[in-house]
Amino acid sequence: MQWDLNWFICTLRSSIGKKLIMALTGLGFCIFLIAHLAGNLTIYAGEDAFNSYAERLQALGSLVVLAEIGLLFFAVAHVFIGAYLFYENFRARPERYLIKKNAGGRTIGSVTMPYTGLFILFFIVLHLIDFHFVEKTDQTIYQIILETFSNPGYAFFYIVSMIIVATHVSHGFWSAFQTLGVYNSEYMSLLRVMGTIFSLAVGLGFGFLPIYILFIS
Amino acid sequence: MTKTGDKSCINLKLKVWRQKGPDVKGRFETYKTRDVSTDMSFLEMLDVVNEEMILSGKDPIAFDHDCREGICGACGAVVNGRAHGPEKGTTLCQLHMRHFSNGDTVVIEPWRSRAFKVVKDLVVDRSVFDEIIQAGGYISVNTGGAPDGNAIPVPQAAAEKAMDAAACIGCGACVAACPNASAMLFVGAKISQFTLLPQGLPEAKKRALAMIGKMDELGFGNCTNEAECEKECPKEISIENIARMNCEFFKAGFL
Repeated sequence: MQWDLNWFICTLRSSIGKKLIMALTGLGFCIFLIAHLAGNLTIYAGEDAFNSYAERLQALGSLVVLAEIGLLFFAVAHVFIGAYLFYENFRARPERYLIKKNAGGRTIGSVTMPYTGLFILFFIVLHLIDFHFVEKTDQTIYQIILETFSNPGYAFFYIVSMIIVATHVSHGFWSAFQTLGVYNSEYMSLLRVMGTIFSLAVGLGFGFLPIYILFIS
Repeated sequence: MTKTGDKSCINLKLKVWRQKGPDVKGRFETYKTRDVSTDMSFLEMLDVVNEEMILSGKDPIAFDHDCREGICGACGAVVNGRAHGPEKGTTLCQLHMRHFSNGDTVVIEPWRSRAFKVVKDLVVDRSVFDEIIQAGGYISVNTGGAPDGNAIPVPQAAAEKAMDAAACIGCGACVAACPNASAMLFVGAKISQFTLLPQGLPEAKKRALAMIGKMDELGFGNCTNEAECEKECPKEISIENIARMNCEFFKAGFL
Protein backbone atom coordinates (compact mmCIF):
# COMPACT_ATOMS: atom_id res chain seq x y z
CA MET A 1 0.00 0.00 0.00
CA GLN A 2 1.27 3.50 -0.88
CA TRP A 3 1.26 5.24 2.45
CA ASP A 4 2.74 8.49 1.22
CA LEU A 5 0.06 9.02 -1.43
CA ASN A 6 -3.53 9.64 -0.44
CA TRP A 7 -2.48 9.08 3.14
CA PHE A 8 -5.82 10.11 4.59
CA ILE A 9 -7.87 7.74 2.41
CA CYS A 10 -5.32 4.96 2.97
CA THR A 11 -5.59 5.37 6.73
CA LEU A 12 -9.39 5.20 6.57
CA ARG A 13 -9.38 2.19 4.23
CA SER A 14 -7.18 0.12 6.55
CA SER A 15 -8.67 -2.35 9.03
CA ILE A 16 -8.27 0.11 11.90
CA GLY A 17 -9.55 2.99 9.75
CA LYS A 18 -12.80 1.11 9.09
CA LYS A 19 -13.09 0.38 12.81
CA LEU A 20 -12.59 4.11 13.46
CA ILE A 21 -15.51 5.01 11.17
CA MET A 22 -17.71 2.39 12.90
CA ALA A 23 -16.73 3.81 16.29
CA LEU A 24 -17.28 7.48 15.41
CA THR A 25 -20.61 6.94 13.66
CA GLY A 26 -21.69 4.60 16.49
CA LEU A 27 -20.88 7.24 19.08
CA GLY A 28 -22.82 9.73 16.94
CA PHE A 29 -25.86 7.44 17.25
CA CYS A 30 -25.28 7.23 21.03
CA ILE A 31 -25.46 11.04 21.21
CA PHE A 32 -28.62 10.92 19.10
CA LEU A 33 -30.08 8.30 21.46
CA ILE A 34 -29.40 10.56 24.45
CA ALA A 35 -31.13 13.51 22.76
CA HIS A 36 -34.04 11.35 21.55
CA LEU A 37 -34.48 9.76 24.98
CA ALA A 38 -34.31 13.13 26.75
CA GLY A 39 -37.07 14.39 24.45
CA ASN A 40 -39.23 11.31 24.84
CA LEU A 41 -38.97 11.44 28.63
CA THR A 42 -41.37 14.41 28.41
CA ILE A 43 -44.07 11.78 27.68
CA TYR A 44 -43.80 10.84 31.38
CA ALA A 45 -44.64 14.50 32.17
CA GLY A 46 -47.92 14.25 30.26
CA GLU A 47 -49.51 14.92 26.87
CA ASP A 48 -49.09 18.71 26.87
CA ALA A 49 -45.42 18.57 27.84
CA PHE A 50 -44.71 16.10 25.02
CA ASN A 51 -46.66 18.02 22.36
CA SER A 52 -44.96 21.28 23.30
CA TYR A 53 -41.56 19.54 23.14
CA ALA A 54 -42.46 18.26 19.65
CA GLU A 55 -43.53 21.76 18.55
CA ARG A 56 -40.33 23.36 19.84
CA LEU A 57 -38.25 20.71 18.09
CA GLN A 58 -40.07 21.39 14.80
CA ALA A 59 -39.53 25.12 15.32
CA LEU A 60 -35.78 24.58 15.05
CA GLY A 61 -36.45 24.09 11.33
CA SER A 62 -33.29 23.85 9.26
CA LEU A 63 -31.21 22.72 12.26
CA VAL A 64 -33.37 19.59 12.48
CA VAL A 65 -33.00 18.96 8.75
CA LEU A 66 -29.24 19.36 9.06
CA ALA A 67 -29.12 16.84 11.94
CA GLU A 68 -31.29 14.45 9.91
CA ILE A 69 -28.97 14.64 6.90
CA GLY A 70 -26.00 14.06 9.23
CA LEU A 71 -27.67 11.01 10.78
CA LEU A 72 -28.56 9.62 7.36
CA PHE A 73 -24.94 10.02 6.26
CA PHE A 74 -23.75 8.30 9.46
CA ALA A 75 -26.26 5.49 8.98
CA VAL A 76 -25.12 4.80 5.41
CA ALA A 77 -21.47 4.68 6.52
CA HIS A 78 -22.21 2.52 9.60
CA VAL A 79 -24.38 0.03 7.69
CA PHE A 80 -22.21 -0.36 4.60
CA ILE A 81 -18.86 -0.50 6.37
CA GLY A 82 -20.37 -2.81 9.00
CA ALA A 83 -21.63 -5.13 6.27
CA TYR A 84 -18.26 -5.07 4.51
CA LEU A 85 -16.43 -5.87 7.77
CA PHE A 86 -18.84 -8.75 8.38
CA TYR A 87 -18.03 -10.13 4.92
CA GLU A 88 -14.26 -9.69 5.43
CA ASN A 89 -14.40 -11.36 8.83
CA PHE A 90 -16.39 -14.26 7.44
CA ARG A 91 -13.85 -14.67 4.63
CA ALA A 92 -10.91 -14.64 7.07
CA ARG A 93 -11.82 -18.17 8.24
CA PRO A 94 -12.75 -20.31 5.22
CA GLU A 95 -12.76 -23.58 7.20
CA ARG A 96 -14.87 -23.27 10.37
CA TYR A 97 -14.21 -25.10 13.64
CA LEU A 98 -16.15 -28.25 14.42
CA ILE A 99 -16.41 -27.04 18.01
CA LYS A 100 -15.79 -23.45 19.11
CA LYS A 101 -16.43 -22.39 22.68
CA ASN A 102 -16.62 -18.97 24.27
CA ALA A 103 -13.43 -18.36 26.27
CA GLY A 104 -15.15 -15.73 28.41
CA GLY A 105 -14.58 -12.59 26.34
CA ARG A 106 -17.74 -12.59 24.27
CA THR A 107 -21.03 -11.21 25.57
CA ILE A 108 -24.58 -11.49 24.22
CA GLY A 109 -24.06 -7.99 22.82
CA SER A 110 -20.78 -8.74 21.06
CA VAL A 111 -21.86 -12.09 19.58
CA THR A 112 -25.07 -10.70 18.12
CA MET A 113 -23.67 -7.34 16.92
CA PRO A 114 -24.21 -7.82 13.13
CA TYR A 115 -27.66 -9.35 13.63
CA THR A 116 -28.92 -6.80 16.15
CA GLY A 117 -27.53 -4.14 13.81
CA LEU A 118 -29.51 -5.50 10.86
CA PHE A 119 -32.65 -5.67 12.99
CA ILE A 120 -32.17 -2.06 14.13
CA LEU A 121 -31.94 -0.96 10.48
CA PHE A 122 -35.27 -2.68 9.81
CA PHE A 123 -36.76 -1.13 12.96
CA ILE A 124 -35.57 2.39 12.07
CA VAL A 125 -37.18 2.21 8.62
CA LEU A 126 -40.50 1.13 10.20
CA HIS A 127 -40.15 3.68 13.00
CA LEU A 128 -39.61 6.54 10.52
CA ILE A 129 -42.64 5.45 8.47
CA ASP A 130 -44.81 5.23 11.61
CA PHE A 131 -43.80 8.44 13.38
CA HIS A 132 -41.71 10.66 11.10
CA PHE A 133 -43.33 10.49 7.66
CA VAL A 134 -46.83 10.00 9.09
CA GLU A 135 -49.58 12.53 8.23
CA LYS A 136 -49.65 14.96 11.18
CA THR A 137 -52.12 17.62 9.97
CA ASP A 138 -55.25 16.60 11.89
CA GLN A 139 -53.77 14.91 14.96
CA THR A 140 -51.01 15.67 17.43
CA ILE A 141 -47.93 13.47 17.66
CA TYR A 142 -49.09 12.28 21.10
CA GLN A 143 -52.36 11.03 19.57
CA ILE A 144 -50.41 9.19 16.89
CA ILE A 145 -48.27 7.51 19.54
CA LEU A 146 -51.32 6.61 21.61
CA GLU A 147 -53.05 5.11 18.58
CA THR A 148 -50.00 3.15 17.42
CA PHE A 149 -49.20 1.73 20.84
CA SER A 150 -52.85 0.77 21.49
CA ASN A 151 -52.15 -2.15 19.17
CA PRO A 152 -50.67 -4.69 21.65
CA GLY A 153 -48.75 -6.42 18.85
CA TYR A 154 -47.02 -3.19 17.93
CA ALA A 155 -46.31 -2.33 21.58
CA PHE A 156 -44.71 -5.76 22.04
CA PHE A 157 -42.64 -5.34 18.84
CA TYR A 158 -41.49 -1.92 20.08
CA ILE A 159 -40.42 -3.26 23.49
CA VAL A 160 -38.51 -6.16 21.90
CA SER A 161 -36.85 -3.70 19.51
CA MET A 162 -35.70 -1.55 22.42
CA ILE A 163 -34.20 -4.59 24.15
CA ILE A 164 -32.31 -5.30 20.91
CA VAL A 165 -31.10 -1.69 20.68
CA ALA A 166 -29.91 -1.91 24.30
CA THR A 167 -28.07 -5.16 23.50
CA HIS A 168 -26.35 -3.56 20.50
CA VAL A 169 -25.34 -0.52 22.55
CA SER A 170 -24.09 -2.69 25.46
CA HIS A 171 -21.19 -3.80 23.26
CA GLY A 172 -21.02 -0.78 20.98
CA PHE A 173 -20.51 1.93 23.58
CA TRP A 174 -17.33 0.71 25.33
CA SER A 175 -16.13 -0.91 22.11
CA ALA A 176 -16.08 2.48 20.37
CA PHE A 177 -13.71 3.85 23.01
CA GLN A 178 -11.49 0.76 22.78
CA THR A 179 -11.27 1.38 19.02
CA LEU A 180 -10.52 5.07 19.56
CA GLY A 181 -7.46 3.95 21.50
CA VAL A 182 -8.35 4.35 25.18
CA TYR A 183 -5.61 2.13 26.58
CA ASN A 184 -5.79 3.27 30.18
CA SER A 185 -7.30 0.30 32.02
CA GLU A 186 -8.90 2.43 34.77
CA TYR A 187 -10.76 4.55 32.19
CA MET A 188 -11.70 1.37 30.34
CA SER A 189 -13.34 -0.21 33.40
CA LEU A 190 -15.26 3.03 33.94
CA LEU A 191 -16.34 3.10 30.29
CA ARG A 192 -17.54 -0.50 30.50
CA VAL A 193 -19.72 0.40 33.51
CA MET A 194 -20.96 3.52 31.71
CA GLY A 195 -21.81 1.37 28.67
CA THR A 196 -23.92 -0.97 30.82
CA ILE A 197 -25.70 1.97 32.48
CA PHE A 198 -26.27 3.62 29.10
CA SER A 199 -27.71 0.47 27.53
CA LEU A 200 -30.00 -0.04 30.54
CA ALA A 201 -31.12 3.60 30.31
CA VAL A 202 -31.89 3.19 26.61
CA GLY A 203 -33.68 -0.14 27.09
CA LEU A 204 -35.76 0.96 30.07
CA GLY A 205 -36.27 4.60 29.03
CA PHE A 206 -37.70 3.76 25.61
CA GLY A 207 -38.99 0.26 26.33
CA PHE A 208 -41.16 1.37 29.25
CA LEU A 209 -42.94 4.03 27.13
CA PRO A 210 -45.68 1.75 25.66
CA ILE A 211 -46.39 0.27 29.11
CA TYR A 212 -46.66 3.74 30.63
CA ILE A 213 -48.87 5.10 27.85
CA LEU A 214 -51.20 2.09 27.78
CA PHE A 215 -51.53 1.18 31.46
CA ILE A 216 -50.39 4.01 33.67
CA SER A 217 -51.13 7.42 32.13
CA MET B 1 4.40 -46.15 36.98
CA THR B 2 0.73 -46.38 36.21
CA LYS B 3 -1.14 -49.54 35.43
CA THR B 4 -4.41 -50.41 33.73
CA GLY B 5 -7.34 -49.80 36.05
CA ASP B 6 -5.35 -47.25 38.03
CA LYS B 7 -7.31 -44.08 38.86
CA SER B 8 -4.54 -41.97 37.37
CA CYS B 9 -5.11 -43.62 33.97
CA ILE B 10 -7.88 -42.61 31.62
CA ASN B 11 -9.26 -43.82 28.32
CA LEU B 12 -10.09 -41.24 25.68
CA LYS B 13 -11.69 -40.98 22.28
CA LEU B 14 -9.73 -38.58 20.09
CA LYS B 15 -11.31 -36.86 17.10
CA VAL B 16 -8.34 -35.45 15.22
CA TRP B 17 -8.16 -33.31 12.08
CA ARG B 18 -6.13 -35.16 9.46
CA GLN B 19 -4.96 -33.35 6.35
CA LYS B 20 -2.18 -34.69 4.15
CA GLY B 21 -1.06 -31.35 2.75
CA PRO B 22 -1.95 -27.66 2.26
CA ASP B 23 -4.12 -28.18 -0.81
CA VAL B 24 -5.64 -31.53 0.13
CA LYS B 25 -9.07 -31.75 1.70
CA GLY B 26 -8.88 -32.72 5.36
CA ARG B 27 -11.25 -34.71 7.58
CA PHE B 28 -11.69 -35.84 11.16
CA GLU B 29 -10.49 -39.29 12.17
CA THR B 30 -11.37 -40.99 15.42
CA TYR B 31 -8.84 -42.87 17.53
CA LYS B 32 -9.30 -44.68 20.81
CA THR B 33 -6.47 -44.32 23.27
CA ARG B 34 -6.22 -46.40 26.44
CA ASP B 35 -4.39 -45.99 29.73
CA VAL B 36 -3.36 -42.36 29.32
CA SER B 37 -1.54 -41.29 32.48
CA THR B 38 -3.08 -38.13 33.91
CA ASP B 39 0.46 -36.93 34.67
CA MET B 40 1.18 -36.72 30.94
CA SER B 41 1.08 -33.45 29.08
CA PHE B 42 -1.27 -33.19 26.12
CA LEU B 43 1.65 -33.50 23.68
CA GLU B 44 3.03 -36.55 25.52
CA MET B 45 -0.38 -38.15 25.10
CA LEU B 46 -0.14 -37.44 21.35
CA ASP B 47 3.41 -38.89 21.37
CA VAL B 48 2.07 -42.15 22.80
CA VAL B 49 -0.74 -42.26 20.25
CA ASN B 50 1.79 -41.61 17.46
CA GLU B 51 4.15 -44.36 18.68
CA GLU B 52 1.31 -46.87 18.47
CA MET B 53 0.37 -45.58 15.01
CA ILE B 54 3.95 -45.88 13.75
CA LEU B 55 4.17 -49.44 15.08
CA SER B 56 0.99 -50.39 13.28
CA GLY B 57 2.27 -48.79 10.06
CA LYS B 58 -0.03 -45.73 10.06
CA ASP B 59 0.90 -42.12 9.37
CA PRO B 60 1.40 -40.38 12.75
CA ILE B 61 -0.43 -37.17 13.62
CA ALA B 62 1.75 -34.17 12.70
CA PHE B 63 1.87 -31.41 15.31
CA ASP B 64 4.26 -28.55 16.07
CA HIS B 65 6.28 -28.53 19.29
CA ASP B 66 9.65 -27.42 20.52
CA CYS B 67 10.50 -26.38 24.09
CA ARG B 68 7.55 -28.08 25.81
CA GLU B 69 7.97 -25.55 28.62
CA GLY B 70 5.36 -23.05 27.45
CA ILE B 71 7.83 -20.41 26.30
CA CYS B 72 8.61 -20.99 22.63
CA GLY B 73 5.21 -20.59 20.96
CA ALA B 74 5.61 -23.57 18.63
CA CYS B 75 2.76 -25.76 19.86
CA GLY B 76 -0.94 -25.10 19.67
CA ALA B 77 -4.22 -26.65 18.60
CA VAL B 78 -7.87 -26.01 19.29
CA VAL B 79 -8.93 -28.64 21.84
CA ASN B 80 -12.67 -29.07 22.36
CA GLY B 81 -13.30 -25.59 20.99
CA ARG B 82 -10.65 -23.80 23.05
CA ALA B 83 -7.26 -22.60 21.76
CA HIS B 84 -4.52 -24.43 23.74
CA GLY B 85 -7.25 -26.34 25.56
CA PRO B 86 -9.52 -25.40 28.45
CA GLU B 87 -6.95 -24.14 30.97
CA LYS B 88 -6.31 -20.38 31.36
CA GLY B 89 -2.89 -18.95 30.55
CA THR B 90 -1.48 -22.27 29.33
CA THR B 91 0.12 -23.48 26.12
CA LEU B 92 -0.87 -26.90 24.79
CA CYS B 93 2.40 -28.47 25.99
CA GLN B 94 1.65 -27.30 29.54
CA LEU B 95 -1.87 -28.67 29.52
CA HIS B 96 -1.99 -31.89 31.52
CA MET B 97 -4.24 -34.88 31.04
CA ARG B 98 -5.53 -34.53 34.62
CA HIS B 99 -7.89 -31.90 33.23
CA PHE B 100 -9.70 -34.61 31.27
CA SER B 101 -11.96 -37.38 32.56
CA ASN B 102 -12.16 -41.04 31.70
CA GLY B 103 -14.28 -41.62 28.60
CA ASP B 104 -14.04 -38.02 27.30
CA THR B 105 -14.16 -37.31 23.59
CA VAL B 106 -11.41 -34.84 22.72
CA VAL B 107 -11.73 -32.90 19.46
CA ILE B 108 -8.36 -31.63 18.21
CA GLU B 109 -8.27 -29.10 15.35
CA PRO B 110 -5.55 -26.89 13.87
CA TRP B 111 -5.64 -23.06 14.15
CA ARG B 112 -8.16 -22.07 11.49
CA SER B 113 -7.54 -18.87 9.56
CA ARG B 114 -7.16 -17.92 5.92
CA ALA B 115 -3.75 -16.46 6.81
CA PHE B 116 -2.51 -19.68 8.49
CA LYS B 117 -2.40 -22.42 5.88
CA VAL B 118 -2.49 -25.98 7.17
CA VAL B 119 0.84 -27.64 6.37
CA LYS B 120 -0.19 -31.07 7.62
CA ASP B 121 -2.74 -32.29 10.20
CA LEU B 122 -2.34 -29.89 13.16
CA VAL B 123 0.67 -28.02 11.79
CA VAL B 124 -0.08 -24.56 10.39
CA ASP B 125 2.20 -22.12 8.59
CA ARG B 126 2.59 -19.07 10.83
CA SER B 127 5.29 -17.41 8.72
CA VAL B 128 2.83 -14.55 8.12
CA PHE B 129 3.66 -13.46 11.68
CA ASP B 130 7.33 -13.26 10.63
CA GLU B 131 6.32 -11.12 7.66
CA ILE B 132 4.58 -8.67 10.02
CA ILE B 133 7.68 -8.51 12.24
CA GLN B 134 9.93 -8.02 9.20
CA ALA B 135 7.73 -5.09 8.13
CA GLY B 136 8.57 -3.07 11.25
CA GLY B 137 8.76 -5.09 14.46
CA TYR B 138 12.29 -4.03 15.31
CA ILE B 139 14.39 -1.04 16.34
CA SER B 140 17.40 0.12 14.35
CA VAL B 141 20.54 0.32 16.48
CA ASN B 142 23.98 1.39 15.30
CA THR B 143 26.73 -1.03 16.17
CA GLY B 144 29.43 0.06 18.56
CA GLY B 145 30.30 -0.24 22.22
CA ALA B 146 27.60 -1.51 24.59
CA PRO B 147 25.55 1.48 25.85
CA ASP B 148 25.61 2.32 29.54
CA GLY B 149 22.85 0.43 31.36
CA ASN B 150 20.97 3.43 32.73
CA ALA B 151 21.83 6.03 30.08
CA ILE B 152 18.19 6.15 28.93
CA PRO B 153 15.73 6.53 31.81
CA VAL B 154 12.70 4.20 31.58
CA PRO B 155 9.85 4.59 34.10
CA GLN B 156 9.26 1.35 36.00
CA ALA B 157 5.56 1.25 35.10
CA ALA B 158 6.35 1.60 31.38
CA ALA B 159 9.01 -1.11 31.61
CA GLU B 160 6.48 -3.46 33.24
CA LYS B 161 3.85 -2.82 30.57
CA ALA B 162 6.42 -3.23 27.78
CA MET B 163 7.51 -6.51 29.34
CA ASP B 164 3.88 -7.68 29.59
CA ALA B 165 3.48 -7.02 25.85
CA ALA B 166 6.85 -8.61 25.07
CA ALA B 167 5.69 -11.81 26.77
CA CYS B 168 3.97 -12.65 23.45
CA ILE B 169 5.42 -15.90 22.11
CA GLY B 170 3.75 -15.56 18.71
CA CYS B 171 1.88 -18.86 19.01
CA GLY B 172 -1.16 -17.62 17.06
CA ALA B 173 -3.79 -18.54 19.66
CA CYS B 174 -5.20 -15.00 19.41
CA VAL B 175 -5.93 -15.51 15.71
CA ALA B 176 -7.28 -19.01 16.35
CA ALA B 177 -9.59 -17.84 19.16
CA CYS B 178 -10.79 -14.65 17.47
CA PRO B 179 -14.29 -15.06 15.98
CA ASN B 180 -12.95 -13.04 13.02
CA ALA B 181 -9.47 -14.62 12.80
CA SER B 182 -7.93 -11.21 13.46
CA ALA B 183 -4.24 -10.81 14.37
CA MET B 184 -4.64 -7.53 16.23
CA LEU B 185 -3.57 -8.82 19.65
CA PHE B 186 -0.31 -10.12 18.18
CA VAL B 187 0.37 -6.90 16.26
CA GLY B 188 -0.83 -4.80 19.21
CA ALA B 189 1.60 -6.55 21.56
CA LYS B 190 4.50 -6.25 19.12
CA ILE B 191 3.85 -2.53 18.56
CA SER B 192 3.29 -1.82 22.26
CA GLN B 193 6.51 -3.42 23.45
CA PHE B 194 8.46 -0.81 21.46
CA THR B 195 6.15 2.17 21.80
CA LEU B 196 6.26 2.00 25.59
CA LEU B 197 10.06 2.34 25.63
CA PRO B 198 12.18 5.34 24.60
CA GLN B 199 14.24 3.15 22.26
CA GLY B 200 11.14 2.38 20.22
CA LEU B 201 9.93 5.96 19.79
CA PRO B 202 12.08 7.20 16.86
CA GLU B 203 10.54 4.63 14.49
CA ALA B 204 7.07 4.52 16.08
CA LYS B 205 5.16 6.05 13.14
CA LYS B 206 6.89 4.06 10.44
CA ARG B 207 6.47 0.88 12.49
CA ALA B 208 2.73 1.31 13.09
CA LEU B 209 1.96 2.00 9.43
CA ALA B 210 4.19 -0.76 8.08
CA MET B 211 3.09 -3.51 10.49
CA ILE B 212 -0.64 -2.73 10.23
CA GLY B 213 -0.37 -2.36 6.44
CA LYS B 214 1.27 -5.78 6.24
CA MET B 215 -1.30 -7.34 8.60
CA ASP B 216 -4.15 -6.07 6.38
CA GLU B 217 -2.44 -7.43 3.28
CA LEU B 218 -2.17 -10.96 4.69
CA GLY B 219 -5.90 -11.66 4.94
CA PHE B 220 -6.55 -11.61 8.68
CA GLY B 221 -10.01 -10.55 9.83
CA ASN B 222 -10.93 -7.31 11.60
CA CYS B 223 -11.09 -6.86 15.35
CA THR B 224 -14.60 -6.44 16.78
CA ASN B 225 -13.44 -6.10 20.40
CA GLU B 226 -14.76 -9.49 21.50
CA ALA B 227 -11.74 -10.00 23.82
CA GLU B 228 -11.59 -13.75 23.10
CA CYS B 229 -7.88 -13.34 22.23
CA GLU B 230 -7.08 -11.93 25.67
CA LYS B 231 -8.88 -14.84 27.36
CA GLU B 232 -7.10 -17.50 25.28
CA CYS B 233 -3.62 -15.95 25.16
CA PRO B 234 -1.25 -18.30 27.03
CA LYS B 235 0.65 -15.21 28.19
CA GLU B 236 -2.59 -13.39 29.13
CA ILE B 237 -1.75 -10.31 27.07
CA SER B 238 -4.37 -7.59 27.51
CA ILE B 239 -6.47 -6.04 24.72
CA GLU B 240 -5.23 -2.75 26.17
CA ASN B 241 -2.38 -3.35 23.69
CA ILE B 242 -4.87 -3.30 20.80
CA ALA B 243 -6.17 0.09 21.99
CA ARG B 244 -2.57 1.33 22.21
CA MET B 245 -1.90 0.08 18.67
CA ASN B 246 -5.02 1.90 17.40
CA CYS B 247 -3.78 5.06 19.09
CA GLU B 248 -0.33 4.68 17.51
CA PHE B 249 -1.92 4.08 14.11
CA PHE B 250 -4.09 7.22 14.33
CA LYS B 251 -1.06 9.27 15.41
CA ALA B 252 0.94 7.91 12.49
CA GLY B 253 -1.87 8.01 9.94
CA PHE B 254 -3.50 11.36 10.68
CA LEU B 255 -0.95 13.56 12.46
